[in-house]
Amino acid sequence: MTAQILTASRLREGDVVYFTAAGHWSEWLSDATVADAEADDLLARGKRDEAAGDVIDAYLVAVDVAGGRLAPLSQRERIRARGPTVRADLGKQARQRLMLPAAE
Amino acid sequence: MALLKDGVFARDPWTQLDDAADLGGVEHPIVSLERWQANGNGLARYNGPLGIRLKSDQPPALIADDLARFDLVALEFPKFADGRAFTYARLLRERHGYAGELRAVGDVLRDQYQFMLRCGFDAFEVADANSIDGWRQSAAEITVWYQPAATG
Amino acid sequence: MYRYDEFDHTLVAERVTQFRGQVARRLSGELSEDQFKPLRLRNGLYLQLHAYMLRVAIPYGMLSSEQMRMQAHIARTYDRGYGHFTTRQNIQFNWPELEDVPDILADLATVEMHAIQTSGNNIRNVTADPLAGVAADEIEDPRVYAEILRQWSTLHPEFSFLPRKFKIAVTGAPRDRAALKVHDIGLEIRRDEAGETGFRVLVGGGQGRTPILAVTIREFLPKRDLLSYVEAILRVYNQLGRRDNMYKARIKILVKSVGAEKFGKLVEEEWEQIRHGALTLPEAEIARIESHFAPPPYETRDATDRGFEARRFEDRDFARWCRINLAAHKQPGYTIVYISLKPEGGVPGDATAEQMDAVADLADRYSFGEIRVTLEQNLVLADVSLGEVYDLWRALGEAGLATPNIGLISDIIACPGLDYCNLANARSIPVAQRIARRFADLSRQHDIGELNIKISGCINACAHHHVGHIGILGVDKKGQEYYQITLGGSADENATLGEIVGPAFTYDAVTDAIETIVGTYLSNRRDGESFLDTYRRAGKAPFKEALYGAP
Repeated sequence: MTAQILTASRLREGDVVYFTAAGHWSEWLSDATVADAEADDLLARGKRDEAAGDVIDAYLVAVDVAGGRLAPLSQRERIRARGPTVRADLGKQARQRLMLPAAE
Repeated sequence: MALLKDGVFARDPWTQLDDAADLGGVEHPIVSLERWQANGNGLARYNGPLGIRLKSDQPPALIADDLARFDLVALEFPKFADGRAFTYARLLRERHGYAGELRAVGDVLRDQYQFMLRCGFDAFEVADANSIDGWRQSAAEITVWYQPAATG
Repeated sequence: MYRYDEFDHTLVAERVTQFRGQVARRLSGELSEDQFKPLRLRNGLYLQLHAYMLRVAIPYGMLSSEQMRMQAHIARTYDRGYGHFTTRQNIQFNWPELEDVPDILADLATVEMHAIQTSGNNIRNVTADPLAGVAADEIEDPRVYAEILRQWSTLHPEFSFLPRKFKIAVTGAPRDRAALKVHDIGLEIRRDEAGETGFRVLVGGGQGRTPILAVTIREFLPKRDLLSYVEAILRVYNQLGRRDNMYKARIKILVKSVGAEKFGKLVEEEWEQIRHGALTLPEAEIARIESHFAPPPYETRDATDRGFEARRFEDRDFARWCRINLAAHKQPGYTIVYISLKPEGGVPGDATAEQMDAVADLADRYSFGEIRVTLEQNLVLADVSLGEVYDLWRALGEAGLATPNIGLISDIIACPGLDYCNLANARSIPVAQRIARRFADLSRQHDIGELNIKISGCINACAHHHVGHIGILGVDKKGQEYYQITLGGSADENATLGEIVGPAFTYDAVTDAIETIVGTYLSNRRDGESFLDTYRRAGKAPFKEALYGAP
């Protein structure tokens, strides 16, 4: 089973967000709740929040959880979590904070 | 479903008929192109007001010679993005001189309303019967057009 | 340039109000995303990798200094201080928030601009030769007809839900600087035997998954028939274009499938029905639009300027910039100045708000307040008197806008790619930067000469890689970024599609591959041959062998 997290974009600002264990959407990948067998439930929850109108385009992202840090498997999601690789001054990478260990 | 005509929700005197359904007792039937072309099923003997419904891949040229027979032509938008009926509407009005009711049916969005009016539609089957204000508002959103409206 | 009348102002203002209402209905939940998405696309608003992206229309690439200042204002006020000029002469902002977009559109409306139909399955920004009105080889100014087409296509009730997007380009000279052959409709102003001007009409060009060069369906179309004929093409396409598969929905697929001759017949049949109707262009209307594009008040000057010549003699850097970044103007004593947005280490096509303001000021000072956007993601000041070029160059240098590389190997076209774009498979900008860095030495660049590299991060080909002398297409192979190279493409009147040279290269190997290709060109070229000349003469073989070894 691959570990998955749930991501979407905030409707108002277009910010990339990740679904947390507490049930809200965080800007930080490290806050994302990880599912594997329950990934379908996670996605369903995302679709419900889409319908409720705060986020758009919710989908699952496969991640590696080794070493206590969440790392998306795809280049696209790694860039999406940080910001443009050619502008270190833009995106989330410019507002970096310590990555928390992966959720239990 | 509600019928929007002349800027208000109106009672709809027309009935969409399945191909197999009997015409008897139906005052204002709308039939499919297939039924019209087959001309069986009692159509040949029917003299009352008649409507026809075209799908988005059925251009008006197929009924151009028969238009005098129809008081209503319904053009389908299977998905709002399928914009063929905008052309069909203009052809019916401008090429074939059709002057009867021209109704947009299917996935009809309020935000297409003005485009449809400009193309010659004068009746709309809409999903939300509560939204007359929204439709009225949409009808007045753009008041200047670069292109001439479809002539009747 | 074109100035809005009451009608134009009203339309744009009403459009802003309409969109404000649509945004409010979306935020309140009355509209779902599925219903809202086509509406926001019609106002140029995409959802991209990190944020929304707004594409603002710059009709046929023309900007007044006031309009350029407004782009700077938008960048500063609503975005992150910069904008990106595109290969269709538009500008993109990468970080707007949905709630701000109606205000952005309202600000744009105050300077006669909008984002109408810069996305969606409708008729997009009509592009034209960026040297319209000033090129020495021009027959007639294509902007007049680009403006006429812009008005005709804006909120066209019949053609707002086409099978797919639709792109029209217009040129007015024998040299094609607007890539007609890869547009859905290309219109080339030409003369008939009687010396009258009209259009050659090309249809069905495009890039993307299925690159195809446009075919001519009419050799000569009188000007008065422009709108009725184009309407006939659109009407045939709207009815017959495929709607079952978005990758097969462009007009190029339809033209290819029915054949050029049959397609031309379908158009002519429809056109016969409408050619004498309301869309006929009266001469008075053409003249009215033409009057907006009258030449600026040039001074009568000599063809050469002693001060200019002296400066070129004294200052080698200035001389080199002149050689590369200036183009011949039809008016004696004036020149066309290219502003490169490809500085070393920069992002191709990006300009900061400060640079935009600087360009606006320089346009006011030196070029009658007008700026053009090229298809190569650069800018042009089209009407600079020779005597002022040196001062302009100094000022451009201070703003970081004087890189002398127009048309050279470091003048790379790169789409936003995986750094920004939802559709991308691979990054393109850092590949461009690496190549530019490898070839940073300007004398080496000048020795190599004209060499257009175009890098697309996915098959949608927004960087027009199919028509690059060297085209690079980013692909995803097992989660890694790979780059497929094509050679010998060209976007001009002798357009060709590039040929794939062999298996794709990794992100780390592609710069060396380009160096190998350039080396092969240099060792094979004969007197004065450009890269493209050498490729067309020698063919793919020497390049393939140099890259992959002998067969």
